[in-house]
Amino acid sequence: MSEKRDSGSRLGDGLAQVGALGLFLLQVLAAIPRSLRYFAETVRQIFFVGAMSLVIIITCGLFIGLVLGLQLYEVLSRFGSTASVGTVVAIALYRELGPVITALLFAGRAGTSITAEIGLMRATDQLAAMEMMAVDPMAYVVAPRFLAGIVAMPLLACIFNALAIFGSHLVAVSWLGLDNGTFWSNMTGAVDVWTDVMNGVWKSAVFGAVVTLVATFQGYTTAPTSEGVAYATTRTVVYSSILTLVIDFLMTAFLM
Amino acid sequence: MTQRRSHQIGTGLFILLGFTALGYLATQTTSLANYRQGPTYALKARFTNIGQLKLRAPVKVAGVRIGSVTDIQLEPDRLEALVTLAVDRRFNQLPDDSAASVFTSGLLGDQYVALKPGGSPDMFKDGDEIILTQSSVQLEELIGKYLVGSGDSPARKPEEAKPADPAPATPDPATH
Repeated sequence: MSEKRDSGSRLGDGLAQVGALGLFLLQVLAAIPRSLRYFAETVRQIFFVGAMSLVIIITCGLFIGLVLGLQLYEVLSRFGSTASVGTVVAIALYRELGPVITALLFAGRAGTSITAEIGLMRATDQLAAMEMMAVDPMAYVVAPRFLAGIVAMPLLACIFNALAIFGSHLVAVSWLGLDNGTFWSNMTGAVDVWTDVMNGVWKSAVFGAVVTLVATFQGYTTAPTSEGVAYATTRTVVYSSILTLVIDFLMTAFLM
Repeated sequence: MTQRRSHQIGTGLFILLGFTALGYLATQTTSLANYRQGPTYALKARFTNIGQLKLRAPVKVAGVRIGSVTDIQLEPDRLEALVTLAVDRRFNQLPDDSAASVFTSGLLGDQYVALKPGGSPDMFKDGDEIILTQSSVQLEELIGKYLVGSGDSPARKPEEAKPADPAPATPDPATH
């Protein structure tokens, strides 16, 4: 009996979380015009979530490219079509791997630090103090991070893609001996700017919004204890990863 | 203050790097890399079958790209495909009896329009139509021809000879 009520209330909690996240999104969107006053803060956040994520993005992009080059060369050589290694790498990266892996890394690298930072602000009553000083924390704390995520994610994904292409070129051409011209001409022949490259850019902008929205929401609504901040940080990674993959599927299914 | 300045410089560098990457991806790894900006002139060609020819497919002479397909339409009255080609103005020495064919690069590759120069002293001008065209060869047709062709090749030979010599050409109706 009590178990049943538990699962029921858990479902209710879940629904309430989703609803609260939706309301939070509306609040953030409403706060964006007011946050334009704090433009320098947005720039600072782009530095923190974007520029500070460069190392992990560059390293992972390079290695993803290296392993894609190796794997695809091995598999495609079974069909005698190693010439299309570059094409397959580029299309897979632009349309799926680049935006998705960057978003997952971004959730781990930038999302967690956003949640921890805002969570600690909540735990130490800094957010309440801001309200006392007539500074809207939505406009000063949350919206700049949200905007920074939308700006930084596509750029990070592009850098990731460029490094991955470089990595696969390194493996396929310099190491395994595929012809350089074949690699590029097949790629340039098959990849389209709008349907492939820009598609990934839109996707990664949406993922940037999703990850920073979840991260700021978890930080903003955390239980004001050290344990609460720890849970909120974990939830940020879990929820934003799941949401990213679900939205990726929906965008792929409906926008192509 | 100096910290804030270094943040701004870092952000600027990051954004610059991101857009450089985007520009590189968009221009060097996509079909834009094959796109030559420059004045072009239009040629039209009618094909009974264009196969898998697509917009922006290359137009080649002697295997070298000189332009691209800019428009493909079905003519409602003639039921033929009207293909518009944009050819780079630098290549304005194409004789007006040149022939256009739809070829496939490789066995299963993309299709392109190949122009075979003729011998006429007059050159193509903007908007001219290429009279001599050869449709795309469909792989399925070829396969079908070989598969079915081995079966009815004895019946086909007299059929081909029919106009010249109608007397022996009475194949059984089943082959029709």
